[in-house]
Amino acid sequence: MNPLSFVVPFDQQAALEQIRSDGARFVAGGTNLVDLMKERIMLPQRLVDINRLPLDAIEEDEHGGLMLGALARNAATAYHPLVLERYPLLSAAILAGASPQIRNMASNGGNLLQRTRCHYFYDAQVPCNKREPGTGCPAIGGLSRQHAILGASAACIATHPSDMCVALGALEARVQVASQRGEREIAFADFHRLPGDTPQIDTNLAPDELITGIALPSAERFAGHSIYLKLRERASYAFALVSVAAMLDIGEDGAIRDARVALGGVAHKPWRLPEAEALLHGTPDAARFAAFAERLLAGAQGQGGNDFKLTMARRAIVRALNMAVAGTYNNTGHTNGTVMTRGAA
Amino acid sequence: MDTRISTTAAERGQAAPAVPLYPLSLRVNGAEHQLYVEAWVSLLDLLRDRLALTGTKKGCDQGQCGACTVLVDGKRINSCLTLALMQEGRSITTVEGLANGSALHPLQQAFIKHDAFQCGYCTPGQLCSGVGLISEGQAQDRAQVRELMSGNVCRCGAYPQIVAAMAEVMQLPDNSQDRDDNAGARVGTVPA
Repeated sequence: MNPLSFVVPFDQQAALEQIRSDGARFVAGGTNLVDLMKERIMLPQRLVDINRLPLDAIEEDEHGGLMLGALARNAATAYHPLVLERYPLLSAAILAGASPQIRNMASNGGNLLQRTRCHYFYDAQVPCNKREPGTGCPAIGGLSRQHAILGASAACIATHPSDMCVALGALEARVQVASQRGEREIAFADFHRLPGDTPQIDTNLAPDELITGIALPSAERFAGHSIYLKLRERASYAFALVSVAAMLDIGEDGAIRDARVALGGVAHKPWRLPEAEALLHGTPDAARFAAFAERLLAGAQGQGGNDFKLTMARRAIVRALNMAVAGTYNNTGHTNGTVMTRGAA
Repeated sequence: MDTRISTTAAERGQAAPAVPLYPLSLRVNGAEHQLYVEAWVSLLDLLRDRLALTGTKKGCDQGQCGACTVLVDGKRINSCLTLALMQEGRSITTVEGLANGSALHPLQQAFIKHDAFQCGYCTPGQLCSGVGLISEGQAQDRAQVRELMSGNVCRCGAYPQIVAAMAEVMQLPDNSQDRDDNAGARVGTVPA
């Protein structure tokens, strides 16, 4: 690995000062950054270890929502009683990702900042516009099985690897950040970027900004009908080919009053079209779900190796919606694939 | 302890004077260690190369195989994916620390009884991961044990025996519905 310096700030002000030095990066769980440093994909000159900052709380806010500390670990978040009760979609998505060891290490803030798992990005010997802007994209016309079908550009067809972020997109989370210039909130839909002609920039977080927390608005009306459906190459511990976070608010009459659907594994960011979700309002039926899937996937384009995702995504959306109508599923082993009997299933 | 391994600032400083060294205090298997390390040293390399605790194995060095699993303050992690300096003040348990004196940990005993390994390379990671899984308290049956052990690969294919050893220590019900040959397909797979 490259020579580098290491500092451990004990308060946020010191951390925000340290990050301004040349080549500095925050490190929390390290599960992605340490790996990328070994592969010489990311070469920070200074690591700012933020693990001593008091940012690991998970607590209710005054508006009936929940605040997830940026340094709360993914496992602690997924198994937190309030997350399990009010945000079963988030719990299911986190537990569908990575391994128990990694979930014990990975921080909530770091989960948002994961780099793509594109094989070409991860191989320092080949060109990559995300790693070295202007060198080209060998994934286009190359091995593209895991790559994007939506929102890609001529410069980059990488996908975002997070499961947690797909749920956070559907939940309309807000990312709270701080820098020496002050504090701000970023709507989840605006946090990650599409590649365009600057694929080296994954997010709209400025280099000197620290994620301090993730605010979840109340979503209890959806909690009885939510599902994270993840399709992958093996039963556990693999990145999504296609995933669907679906949450429905269903009235006494059985009609869908409100719906949110986000997709993972298909784009450079969690993919959601809020303006299309009204198509789902009304009596749940196959034609309605198919029409919505068509709309959500409008403009989707295969790259050859990932053409199967067009069909897979369409079917996964419909299947996830059918499952969400039936109840709240957790397909990650926590409830062993059985329907949790909560809400008006 | 391998005497070729230098653990003091003076010794290491002579060898590589330009590289900054940082002080590190760790408790490993109950013993306190005061060390000086370079910033980029992973916890795994520290355990193996500086402390000569070679029970913890380096398989992929990328967090994919789980052979490097250790317990930090009782929680299982991949020691290859964390820097030693990030563990300042923590208490680390490696496979060498699982036994109580000459009495093996119940999970170690169960691995022997159920023949839960062949080549043994993944076993230290499997054992630490299994101990972590048990203390997490999230697995209620064998299928969930399989799901929550998915971060530990065994290329010899001892998975059924590993699950059997875990189930015995956890006193899980012997559920005939939960056959090893279909459990993997059920867990992690969305119900039809």
